[in-house]
Amino acid sequence: MSRQANRGTESKKMSSELFTLTYGALVTQLCKDYENDEDVNKQLDKMGYNIGVRLIEDFLARSNVGRCHDFRETADVIAKVAFKMYLGITPSITNWSPAGDEFSLILENNPLVDFVELPDNHSSLIYSNLLCGVLRGALEMIRKLRYTANT
Amino acid sequence: MADEALFLLLHNEMVSGVYKSAEQGEVENGRCITKLENMGFRVGQGLIERFTKDTARFKDELDIMKFICKDFWTAVFKKQIDNLRTNHQGIYVLQDNKFRLLTQMSAGKQYLEHASKYLAFTCGLIRGGLSNLGIKSIVTAEVSSMPACKFQVMIQKL
Repeated sequence: MSRQANRGTESKKMSSELFTLTYGALVTQLCKDYENDEDVNKQLDKMGYNIGVRLIEDFLARSNVGRCHDFRETADVIAKVAFKMYLGITPSITNWSPAGDEFSLILENNPLVDFVELPDNHSSLIYSNLLCGVLRGALEMIRKLRYTANT
Repeated sequence: MADEALFLLLHNEMVSGVYKSAEQGEVENGRCITKLENMGFRVGQGLIERFTKDTARFKDELDIMKFICKDFWTAVFKKQIDNLRTNHQGIYVLQDNKFRLLTQMSAGKQYLEHASKYLAFTCGLIRGGLSNLGIKSIVTAEVSSMPACKFQVMIQKL
């Protein structure tokens, strides 16, 4: 019985490492293809965006979360439900702007950077930029839904 | 713990990203496949290291292939290889009747010509895993009807 339980957590760990390692291989390849870090960042953002617009459907189908009434609720759902579901971590929400339309997500232990060390010549590379693109893509899709519902 | 959906989406993005930045033509297609395969190779090497840290030594080549078919495949694709065949002379054929990376694409012959793009990474994954277990190989894949596919592993005797 306990052996089976071990297998379960081990395979979960493996799929996380699969994603981490694949992401690392991707960034390495992009750094080889594009000469400067800015282009790599842009490419990561674009890819993240494409992933995000699809991921949001998967998220809405699986999470049973209702409509968010304001931006603070959205932030909560992103940090406590979405990140937990997809990356197994819960980032902290801080740094709210006075207007309440901007906030920061702080990832204490980012699974994407396990085993990763950036060399000195890539100081302006935003390694996890894919995540920014994913959030952008996902939120844009929900905003669009909101618009059509209103009109 | 990263979700399976994330990996699927990332993999598909990688394939389309690699092909977007390339031009048309046979040579370019080959280069893209090579790029994807090399990425899979690196990932396979890393994964097999993490995964076999605490396992016992493998008795022989067949034992290693069985490990790939059972434990490795389960860890990566949540299921085992459905059929392993060999001629006992260094050629193995791994058959997966419901390959995870193809199930969302089609159930039959539609989009068959694009299937090879989505198999290149996994071929590299197998090759990388075997490489870090001390086996040099060439891995190719063939699809006749999605989502079933076969991976052919040719062991290179040094």
